Amino acid sequence: MRQRKSGGGLASKYLLTILSIFCIMLLFVSYSTGFSGGPLETVANHLFIPMQKGIDYIGSSIAYSSADTKSKEELIKENEELQAQVESLNAQIDSMELKLKELDELQELYDLDKSYYDYETTGARIIGRGTTNWFNTFTIDKGSKDGIKVNMNVIADGGLVGIVVSVGDSYAVVRSIIDDTSNVSATISSTDDNCIVSGSLENMASNNLINFSNLYDEEDKVAIGDEIVTSNISDKYLPGLTIGYVSSVTPDDNDLTKSGTLTPVVDFRHLSDVLVVLQLKESYKVE
Amino acid sequence: MNDFKKHLRRISIIALIIFICYILQTSVLSRYPLSGVTPNILICVVATYGFMKGRRYGILIGFCTGLLLDIYSGVLFGLYALVYMYIGLLNGLFKKQFFGDDLRLPMILIGTSDLIYGVLSYFVLFTIRSQKDFSFYFMNVIMPEVVYTLVVSIFVYYAILHINNWIEKFEKKGSDRIGNY
Repeated sequence: MRQRKSGGGLASKYLLTILSIFCIMLLFVSYSTGFSGGPLETVANHLFIPMQKGIDYIGSSIAYSSADTKSKEELIKENEELQAQVESLNAQIDSMELKLKELDELQELYDLDKSYYDYETTGARIIGRGTTNWFNTFTIDKGSKDGIKVNMNVIADGGLVGIVVSVGDSYAVVRSIIDDTSNVSATISSTDDNCIVSGSLENMASNNLINFSNLYDEEDKVAIGDEIVTSNISDKYLPGLTIGYVSSVTPDDNDLTKSGTLTPVVDFRHLSDVLVVLQLKESYKVE
Repeated sequence: MNDFKKHLRRISIIALIIFICYILQTSVLSRYPLSGVTPNILICVVATYGFMKGRRYGILIGFCTGLLLDIYSGVLFGLYALVYMYIGLLNGLFKKQFFGDDLRLPMILIGTSDLIYGVLSYFVLFTIRSQKDFSFYFMNVIMPEVVYTLVVSIFVYYAILHINNWIEKFEKKGSDRIGNY
């Protein structure tokens, strides 16, 4: 060791100290200012994102071609099932259209024509999954160039997926709602009771569920199967996005609130495309 | 000048290895999770270079790899750099015990590194948020990751070993020729 040190360069002792101090400084800076990469992000943009896009393209085309090999009988059967479904859905549409017309008229009367569900969205592909097994984050192939900003909501399959936590030129990192650090203010849509939906690695790994808590439900109205949507008092999430359905409710020890689990509508294991809502919550913009 | 060229070549090859492993970890192997976890190839790279090349390599490669992970992780920036750097250092301490052909020491070291990484992640990122069920996380996240990583690391280790031997041979040959002139 002593002989090699004379050979040149910095001794590992000093190198370690310098880099440790540097890291700790970075930690403090990122904690206080939300710094996440700076110039390193440009490197990431030009080196990693194109490569990940390419691999994702190859991977998904392989997945498609293996999906092509469904047998003929399966296809025929599926076709019949789908036909039946189309018929029943057509019938549903007819009755829904009548109801919609009625709703429109009533909304006009109430001057409520602003629908919550008409958010402008842009599609994006997931090109990289989380770098660790501890957090459920993923990288998508659109960034600030495509108008994506931090705190935009991400949806898929008609349900909430997560929120953008950091943005580069041509990529964005999304933290999903099943992530252990994620908390969403939500509402039970049938009773308008508010609660907090928080992801849980523990529950997700064992039974594909996420937790909710702080639910005030004095009349025991909330039942299994009720829909949970994002609430209008949330400061980052847009109201009215479906999160999932209640799968269990238990009263808390304090006898005032309830907590339980819900099944998310989004299939997080097989997610490949998502929609980013290009609209920020008003209250957040003001801040 | 020749020295500079040598360093440049080494650095670029290491950078290429990290690049490929990162892509493998996040885009290829994350498509095939086993019991919900993906292997941690980057820790194999850091550990392998640590015990193969010594402390300085371990620290520097750990630091760079950690920074790379920090960019995409969305948590505190600099945390992984710190953790990976110390893992590189720890592996660097075993350089004297390391012989290329024997697979036992590398496997033990890589496994231990991943274990340390898992336990550290748990304590730094989960205990402070009062997620106290350590045995659950240990059995469902940390252990599967260690096992999966070990399986993958056999390939990664041999690949890196061969690349390293090849570079050393190449450099020796080059210096011989210069000596003959």
